[in-house]
Amino acid sequence: MTSRLVGLKPNLQHIKSGDWTVLLLATLFTVWLAATVWQGGAADKAVIRSGGKIFSVVPLSRDQIIDVPGPLGISRIAIHKLQARIAADPSPRQYCVRQGWLKQAGEIAVCLPNQVSVELSGGRKRYDSLNY
Amino acid sequence: MTASTIKLETTATDHHLARMAALALGLTVLEAAIPSPLPGVKPGLANIVTLIVLTRYGWRAAAWVSLLRVLAGGLLLGSFLTPGFFLSLSGALCSLAVLAASQHLPQRWFGPVTHSIFGAFAHIAGQLLLVYFWLIPHAGLLYLVPVFAAAALLFGTVNGLIAAHFIASKKLFIHENHERHEKFPA
Repeated sequence: MTSRLVGLKPNLQHIKSGDWTVLLLATLFTVWLAATVWQGGAADKAVIRSGGKIFSVVPLSRDQIIDVPGPLGISRIAIHKLQARIAADPSPRQYCVRQGWLKQAGEIAVCLPNQVSVELSGGRKRYDSLNY
Repeated sequence: MTASTIKLETTATDHHLARMAALALGLTVLEAAIPSPLPGVKPGLANIVTLIVLTRYGWRAAAWVSLLRVLAGGLLLGSFLTPGFFLSLSGALCSLAVLAASQHLPQRWFGPVTHSIFGAFAHIAGQLLLVYFWLIPHAGLLYLVPVFAAAALLFGTVNGLIAAHFIASKKLFIHENHERHEKFPA
C-alpha cells in the first residue's frame, strides 16, 4: 500500500509547457476572483443623513469626528481607519451605537429616534436588502 | 424453467465502457465517505477515470463513462433526482462541454493536467450556476466563488497529475485490455 502511494507522488515531468501556462492562468484567475469578490465591498465614503436629507458625505481616508444635530440632540459620528461608527447618540436604546464599527460598503447604522444615519458606500453599490 | 430473458447485444466496447464507469463509480462511493467542509468541495477522484478515458478513447467514451457514473452514483448513494444529483449532472455536463473543446488543443503542449483544470473549473461553474438559478438565488453565494475556484484549481491539478501518471505508465491499460480479451473475446 505504501509503495503504491509513493508511486503516485507528483511527477512533474508529466506537466507539459502548455499545462504550466494553464496552471498559471488558472491560479491568476483564482487570485483575481478572490481579490474582486472579497475586496470589492471596500468602502471609501460615509454618507451621513439627518432627518432623511444628506447632511454630509465624507471620505473614510481621514480620521475625524462629526457632530450631527437631530430632534433629540447631537449624534456623534467617528471615522477611524477606513471605518465609521456612531460614537454617541441621545437615543434611548442606543441600538446604532451598539452596532459598532461599519467596514463594508452598504453597511448602515440608523438612529431612528434622532433621525440620523451613517451609511458606507464604495465604488460599487451593492444591494441593501433582498427578498424573494 | 423457461424464463424469458431480454438479451441486449453488447460489444466489447460496451463492456469496456461499463468497466471504466464501474471504476469511476467505485471512486465516487469511496469519495462519499470523505467528510467535506463545504458542500460541493470534493476531490472528484472519479474524474481521473474520465480523463484517462478521454485521452485513450476520445470524447464520446469519456462522456459515456462520466454520465453513467453520475447516474449510477446517484442510484447507489440514494441521491437520484435529488438536488445533489442534479448538481453532479450539471457539473458533469459543463465539464464535458469544455472537454469537447479542450481535447482539440495540440497534444504536444497540453496534457491531462490542462484538461483536468479546465474540467474542474467548468464543473464548479456548472454547479454554481445551478445553485444560483435553482437552489439559492442569493448574491451572498458570490462570496464562496473564490473558495470553490481554489478547490477546483487544487483538485483539478492533482487529478490531472494522477491521470497523467497512469496514462504515462500504461500499466492500467495493458492489464485491462489483457483481461478484456480473456473474458470477452471480440
